[in-house]
Amino acid sequence: MNKNILGVDVPESISGLGKLKAFNGKRFSGTAHEMPNIKNPDQRMSKIVDNLESAIHLSGLKDGMTISFHHHFRNGDYIVNLVLEAIAKLGIKNLTVASSSLTDIHRPMIDHIKNGVVYRIETSGLRGELANQISHGLMEVPIVFRSHGGRAYSIASGELKIDVAFLGVPSTDLFGNANGFSREGDNSSACGSLGYAMVDAKYAEKVVLLSNNIVPYPNTPCAIPQTDVDYIVEIDAIGDPKGIMSGATRYSTNPKELMIAKAAADVMEASGYFEDGFSFQTGTGGSSLAVTRFLKEKMIRKGIKANFALGGITSQIVKLHEEGFIRKLLDVQSFDQDAVDSTLKNEFHHIVDAHFYAGPGVEGAAVDQLDMVVLSALEIDVNFNVNVLTGSDGVIRGAVGGHPDTSAGAKLAIIVAPLVRGRIPSILDRVNTICTPGMTVDVLVTEQGIAVNPARQDLIERLNTAGIKTETIEALKAKAEKIVGHPNPIEYGDKIVGIVTFRDGSVIDVIRQVSR
Amino acid sequence: MMFVPGNNPGLMADAHIYGPDALMFDLEDSVKLSEKDSARFLVYQALKTIDYGDIEKVVRVNPLNTPYGKADIEAMVFAGADIIRLPKSETAQDVIEVDEWITECEKKAGLEQGSVGMMAAIESGLGILNVLSIAQASPRLIGIAIGAEDFVTDLKTTRSPGGSELFTARSMLVFAARAAGIAVLDTVFADVNDDEGFRREVETIKQLGFDGKSVINPRQIAPVVEIFTPTAKEIEHAERVVEAIKEAEEKGLGVISLNGKMIDKPVVDRAQRVLKMAIAAGVI
Repeated sequence: MNKNILGVDVPESISGLGKLKAFNGKRFSGTAHEMPNIKNPDQRMSKIVDNLESAIHLSGLKDGMTISFHHHFRNGDYIVNLVLEAIAKLGIKNLTVASSSLTDIHRPMIDHIKNGVVYRIETSGLRGELANQISHGLMEVPIVFRSHGGRAYSIASGELKIDVAFLGVPSTDLFGNANGFSREGDNSSACGSLGYAMVDAKYAEKVVLLSNNIVPYPNTPCAIPQTDVDYIVEIDAIGDPKGIMSGATRYSTNPKELMIAKAAADVMEASGYFEDGFSFQTGTGGSSLAVTRFLKEKMIRKGIKANFALGGITSQIVKLHEEGFIRKLLDVQSFDQDAVDSTLKNEFHHIVDAHFYAGPGVEGAAVDQLDMVVLSALEIDVNFNVNVLTGSDGVIRGAVGGHPDTSAGAKLAIIVAPLVRGRIPSILDRVNTICTPGMTVDVLVTEQGIAVNPARQDLIERLNTAGIKTETIEALKAKAEKIVGHPNPIEYGDKIVGIVTFRDGSVIDVIRQVSR
Repeated sequence: MMFVPGNNPGLMADAHIYGPDALMFDLEDSVKLSEKDSARFLVYQALKTIDYGDIEKVVRVNPLNTPYGKADIEAMVFAGADIIRLPKSETAQDVIEVDEWITECEKKAGLEQGSVGMMAAIESGLGILNVLSIAQASPRLIGIAIGAEDFVTDLKTTRSPGGSELFTARSMLVFAARAAGIAVLDTVFADVNDDEGFRREVETIKQLGFDGKSVINPRQIAPVVEIFTPTAKEIEHAERVVEAIKEAEEKGLGVISLNGKMIDKPVVDRAQRVLKMAIAAGVI
């Protein structure tokens, strides 16, 4: 029997309940600042620490651990470079960097790989000089590429365990209620949705937020709640606003892209899925973005509305929403300033995390409710496998993104691509890197013809009935080769520099080193 | 008719996918002097290699009084161009000289004489004053066109949104074309982002009697097709006119009327032309 601080006799243990702890009048330990007393009228609890080094120290980061980042700041991101530099100064090494994506601005990571701070990388995409050097064999351990849904799933399932997540946020209060924008005023570095970061915040062992914008409590609504956050560091700038967000995404004026977009919209209309209450997603790239414009005309003509649009939300999608053509927006990533503004003002513009968006688990994700998706491709092969990761020279220069997730989830997955790019045909016997398996792809739309996956005879019939001509993908390939010929295969070395995983973490392809 | 600069292989490779009635490969003003040879070679290869389907292949060559004119024509006749377009035509003699050189090239290439057509573009005040004799100068001529940029420069003026400076020339061109029984095409509209201005101009030249419009960007094709395609109402009326005529002939009636309006020969001709245009546009 123990007496607690209030004089109550507390048994050491009770059968069926086990050991009991006697009340001692102290707070939990382990907060950012020591707060020994149960009540501190003169001192508010805060998670804000003095500087990044202190946060790293408090997080318990050690050699060999896994740290994570998000890519909502795109090519304007300052966070990854800032954190890695601080970690390098502290002498911590052999880390795994698990970022939702990496771009050209992360070039300084090359030095951190060379000096042993970064041992391994997981990401959905890789671009610029970092990608180039990795393609040429910079790293000992191959990169693991995961789709957005695959990454979220691996984090939620524990396959990818994040020790410390370093998450830049455009606003937070002193407790860590954070968002991609703020209702308190300063939105100069706003990024809209924080969909990728939300998963890291939820599952990482420790979460460190970095922000230039500490707002009064409570910062509501919040994408990342205080219950997920351990420490907060105030910094001068989280990124270059110009790189974080562009203005309104404009429709393409490229006649070829417009032609492809119109054909894709025609396919959607005739597919059998273009009914009142349908749902859709359009990927990035001139053609897929422009599909929206043609879709609107068709919706007016048929007198129907969409229930939701999913994914990366753009100015065009917001406009359709505000005009009443789309009832709800599910936003994992806001693509432009209009989308950011919409997250602030539109009641039915909902921010969703990457797991909700695209997780492959049995609990289901928004992509499983998707009717139609329009996606770009760098290459597609005669089996409809798609490459969005490596260029025609074999160098990594893209991102898997949500491509395989939406393609698998949607009832109709349309790939849009020009028949040839420069002197390179887009249709090959075998793509250089499989990112999305052909068994999930339904239609290829080019400016010179449409090919339907032979597994979808129903679709071929519906398109032909509507007067849309289809041909085999082999015929389209022949058309391309008639113009530019048959390219020589890329010469690869033996070393594997990257593995591409499918949504469930299984390996779908490997990327080999490019010969010098 | 879409202009394709002779030094733009990207556009040359797939210019036909945008659905123009004719493609005009340009060896003249859009190609700088240092690239005349390479452009000629490129267009030659494109015509030999790429299947442009039913689209008419027109090549704008350099004038015969330049060092490139003869070589251009010879190469294009060998490449299988349908039509040679002569720029800056000012007299009937300009057309006759080209006609004669084409005849020689046809012989060399083993082609039937007269198989290659010609177009003449008028781009000066002198050319406009001679337009009828130009239009009647050769049986090869299938059409004439106006090149407005050079023309307004020759006139010492500039192009205006309303196009008043072109009005007389355009009409004279239409008169001459009708007198010679050949086609007449209007000039290009340079601002590819001014959709409304472009549409207004196409409507104007259609009303003046032109058969078509030259375009410099694939995005300009759809509005031209739309404006030149007869409307459902026009087609319906034309069909009724033709039907009424047929009925009248069967009954042996001389004068006929439709909805109280007399139908005479010009009305019938117009109706037949509407139906022909509708068939060409693929709407009936």
